[in-house]
Amino acid sequence: MPTTVAALHLPAHHVFRQWSAILTVALLAITGEVLIAAAMRRLGDLDRLRTGPGLRGYLGPIRAILSSTLFLTGAFSMALNFFAMLYTLSIVDLSLAAPATASLTYIGNAAAAKTFLKENVDRRRWLAVLFVAIGVILLAK
Amino acid sequence: MKHALRPSQYVILLTVMLTASVGDTLLSRGMAQVGPVDLHHLPLLFHALANPYILSGIVLLIGFFASYMTALSWADLTFVMPATAFGYVVVALLSRFWLHEHLSLYRWAGILLITCAVGFVAGGPSRTEHPSSHPDLDFMDSGAGR
Repeated sequence: MPTTVAALHLPAHHVFRQWSAILTVALLAITGEVLIAAAMRRLGDLDRLRTGPGLRGYLGPIRAILSSTLFLTGAFSMALNFFAMLYTLSIVDLSLAAPATASLTYIGNAAAAKTFLKENVDRRRWLAVLFVAIGVILLAK
Repeated sequence: MKHALRPSQYVILLTVMLTASVGDTLLSRGMAQVGPVDLHHLPLLFHALANPYILSGIVLLIGFFASYMTALSWADLTFVMPATAFGYVVVALLSRFWLHEHLSLYRWAGILLITCAVGFVAGGPSRTEHPSSHPDLDFMDSGAGR
């Protein structure tokens, strides 16, 4: 694993900076996804908001989504996440940054969904989160 | 209470799985054709918009965002998450069977784990029911007393 070997030779403060960047990316993604999920939960089934048949009918859901403060804050957080990821990729190899941020985001999302969205994250869902987090790391190998 | 998903909702989840992964793959292929873009050559990004791979990638990613938000309007975040992860499996399988790339044992193990995760979650309810703040209205909705 070249990344790990290279990381062993990096000064401690550089490794700290790399992991701070990875954590920031994951935290911004978790904040964004949970806020967007909260907004969509509050709006309810989008089919009910449709104003009519055909493409014009989607104007209702689009208007409702764009006037939700929760959604706009979540989208802003996702935009920050995008730029934070760009910065992270300039100091961390993609082979470490992509699986590390994805795994941390999946685990953090489950914890945040349980705490803030009051979702019933039972043993089955925790196991799924764990499998996804390990699966993503294995896929990046 | 277990929520049974409608066939149209399964289609939305399938769209979430496929659009993100195929969209990313198209963007990556398009950007490989355009070449590296740096801060001093930003207009190159407009040139990139003329690339059919990039255009189709953007359309698919817009489709992903729309279907992802639709799914979140009737399912839990922890229910939809494994579906988005399954996109990684789709990319790995596409690269194996379409691009004939070699998949290591690690990657096959990753595919197996994510597929199991989707199976675990899909077997449970899609939505957490919160206790209502108006139990008396729910009682009337149930038709009791009619």
